[in-house]
Amino acid sequence: MSVILIFLLAIVAVMLWWLWRQGLFSKPWLEVGVVGGMAAPAPSPSQVARIGLLVFLVVVGSLFALTVSAYLMRSALVDWRAPPLPGILFANTFALLVSSLALQTAKVGARRGDLDSVRTGLLAGGFTALVFLGGQLFAWRQLNAEGYYLASNPANAFFYLLTALHGVHVAGGLVGLGRVTRKMLRGAGVAELRLGVDLCATYWHVLLLIWLVLLGLLTGRIGEFVAICRQLLT
Amino acid sequence: MVDLTHGADGHAAPGHDEELELYHPTNWVTKYVFSQDAKVIAIQYGLTATAIGLVALVLSWLMRIQLAYPGLLAFIDADHYYQFITMHGMIMVVYLLTAIFLGGFGNYLIPLMLGARDMMFPYLNMLSYWIYLLAVLVLAAGFFVPGGPTGAGWTLYPPQAILANTPGQQWGIIIMLVSLMLFIIGFTMGGLNYVVTVLQGRTKGMTLMRMPLTIWGIFTATVMALLAFPALFVGALMMLFDRLLGTSFFMPSIVAMGEQLPTGGGSPILFQHLFWFFGHPEVYIVALPAFGIVSDLISTHARKNIFGYRMMVWAIVVIGALSFVVWAHHMYVSGMNPGFGFFFATTTLIIAVPTALKVYNWVLTLWRGDIHFTVPMLFALGFIVTFVNGGLTGLFLGNVVVDVPLSDTLFVVAHFHMVMGVAPILVIFGAIYHWYPKITGRMLDATLGKIHFWVTFLGAYAVFFPMHYLGLLGMPRRYFEMGETAFVPPSAHTLNEFMTIAALVVGAAQMLFLFNLAWSLRHGKEAGGNPWRATTLEWQTPETPPAHGNWGPELPVVYRWAYDYSVPGADRDFLPQNDPWPGEPAPAPDTAVAEGAR
Ligand code: HEM
Ligand SMILES: [Cu+2]
Repeated sequence: MSVILIFLLAIVAVMLWWLWRQGLFSKPWLEVGVVGGMAAPAPSPSQVARIGLLVFLVVVGSLFALTVSAYLMRSALVDWRAPPLPGILFANTFALLVSSLALQTAKVGARRGDLDSVRTGLLAGGFTALVFLGGQLFAWRQLNAEGYYLASNPANAFFYLLTALHGVHVAGGLVGLGRVTRKMLRGAGVAELRLGVDLCATYWHVLLLIWLVLLGLLTGRIGEFVAICRQLLT
Repeated sequence: MVDLTHGADGHAAPGHDEELELYHPTNWVTKYVFSQDAKVIAIQYGLTATAIGLVALVLSWLMRIQLAYPGLLAFIDADHYYQFITMHGMIMVVYLLTAIFLGGFGNYLIPLMLGARDMMFPYLNMLSYWIYLLAVLVLAAGFFVPGGPTGAGWTLYPPQAILANTPGQQWGIIIMLVSLMLFIIGFTMGGLNYVVTVLQGRTKGMTLMRMPLTIWGIFTATVMALLAFPALFVGALMMLFDRLLGTSFFMPSIVAMGEQLPTGGGSPILFQHLFWFFGHPEVYIVALPAFGIVSDLISTHARKNIFGYRMMVWAIVVIGALSFVVWAHHMYVSGMNPGFGFFFATTTLIIAVPTALKVYNWVLTLWRGDIHFTVPMLFALGFIVTFVNGGLTGLFLGNVVVDVPLSDTLFVVAHFHMVMGVAPILVIFGAIYHWYPKITGRMLDATLGKIHFWVTFLGAYAVFFPMHYLGLLGMPRRYFEMGETAFVPPSAHTLNEFMTIAALVVGAAQMLFLFNLAWSLRHGKEAGGNPWRATTLEWQTPETPPAHGNWGPELPVVYRWAYDYSVPGADRDFLPQNDPWPGEPAPAPDTAVAEGAR
């Protein structure tokens, strides 16, 4: 459970810092007037949506940190037999990377008011994300064909579980992206698209990051890394 | 910041409050059924939780009757008893308490107490309720599927939860897991709203440190729930895989009835870690809103500012953070590394410090206060007594050496019913008596309320106090009947009968409460806008019950903290948060303030 604890520690640290800045040490009973301590925010819809997404991503982060914790706990036992990773996973990773970059292009384009790069970015991002999902399905089929079934052993089960959880989140993101894209195809201007593009790009970057962590875990790189750190410490 | 979403409709924003567009119901269905108004959603949450809570109450009667008069109700066999325990525990903890504190009170109070017009994502909020309702319906469907609901205990420990001889193995466990996952999805949608509304929806002048403690409690609990529920979600998902797809996340190699099962290599302890990573914070997810509400009730009904507001806030935050590192105190007997036991026992005892601090501060708030023994105050006092009682036994159980012999006895059952059963329920009642006038415009009948309080409070003690003793005798929990057992004296049986009768009486008292709720809706005394002469913003709305959008044309402006009671020199014994005394109101003509000063 160390992964989730580290994750939580980071969250708690950020929150305490924020609370502290918000005047956790002020003395509200002495302060009368409109501005006591820090002023309350005047919400703007885009700000609210961004913060909403951020909070949601923390929840997603917690979900994955917990799953990874479970993975590490189980994989520490001696009978762990990880399935061989299908090579296509690396191609998929590349697709997701491109997808993330494309959305970043769209985001920068939207900032600049450049509808062309928004269009290219959105379409390319959506397409490559679909490629990623297709590739993941293909990886599953390949494993199945080689006889590494879901139920054969816990290592296989974890492989399918992690990829499925991540895939579902990508698919969910595609729904959001699809809505923004539809709005664009219906002729919305850059200003109207800016917020949606922004949110999609953030979500994509985080999912890419999560995927890289998962990949590191599945290839055993992270395990090795942790082992090296342990050795250095002792 | 450019206003992005409103470009098309040319909506002109008169004040900063209008930037967020309010949703407007157009007909009866969108107003009362598929409503996006947090106040309506709150009531929907409350009613649904109450309805399913009544099921759990009836189940507790059945269990109590079985314990005192084994065989009296012929249809209760061992399997049914397990199913009742499981459903009772799960409903009470998750579907009643969590839902009513966060979905019910959270929805009603957050926007009103912060001076917002509504939640920040009203549509998501509505969806949250409907998914919750679906989760409840799925759960209730468990009673009707072949084999009945699961009987695995509310902790759902694998592997027994999905092995053939556990009741409800066929469908019940699937239903339970699916329902929990739905609940978590629905909750996450609501939780995003509560957090973002606290972060972004506060009106002018409402700094974090001016928020009433109720909001602090609900806010912290929501953050905790958002972080902790994913553990249950993953656990449930993995168990669902095990049950449906034949994986072995939690299933070790098992020989059942002389046959080797196909599973193997799973780790049951893994589930326990995931479950308690959620399960312990869950205790505080229920407790923190209760702490917050009690603080406000005490302060209002004792006409005194809360003692040590800052410390109260810090304590809430610290308890919230610490409660994530104590989960394994539920696993002292699970066979985990005993060295961990020491760590977790220490953290468990450390958490007692901020908790004790809160209790002292409540007592000091009451000290020499002008205590009005109103019904909400009675419930708040009842809470403090019960909570202290349950907290003390918790200190015993937090120690490994004490816990090991008491683990799985009725002592544990008595302990957690005191702290997280009776205590939060008392707060819920107190809160309903307190806010009912705002929700409906009428007071609940006080005489009925006092009868309800005394019967519930004394009755709950009659049920659970003797239970400690039975636990010390060594009576195990989750036993359908004791049979002939040498270490249980015959007097224990008499005690059991007494407890059962008390439980039935307590249950009956709740019918009185429900009657009061329904009757007062029409016949209760008119409440006016602020019957308790309270300071917080929800009592300063221009209309009671608050209209759609909560406030008049202008949002209230906050000038002070939430606890200005009996301020020397002021002409009333309370100063609402939007009262600028002794200064002048803000330059803009602010109708809300004038109203509030009525
Ligand atoms: C009138 C009120 C109540 C009565 C009479 C009652 C009675 C009982 C009984 C007889 C048991 C089974 C004990 C055993 O044989 O192990 C039980 C279990 C339980 N109750 Fe209650 N209860 C009440 C209210 C509550 C409330 C408000 C909660 C909310 C937290 C709650 C949570 C639980 C839990 C979590 C269990 C354990 C289930 C398990 O072992 O899996 N109960 N209750
Ligand atoms: Cu605990």
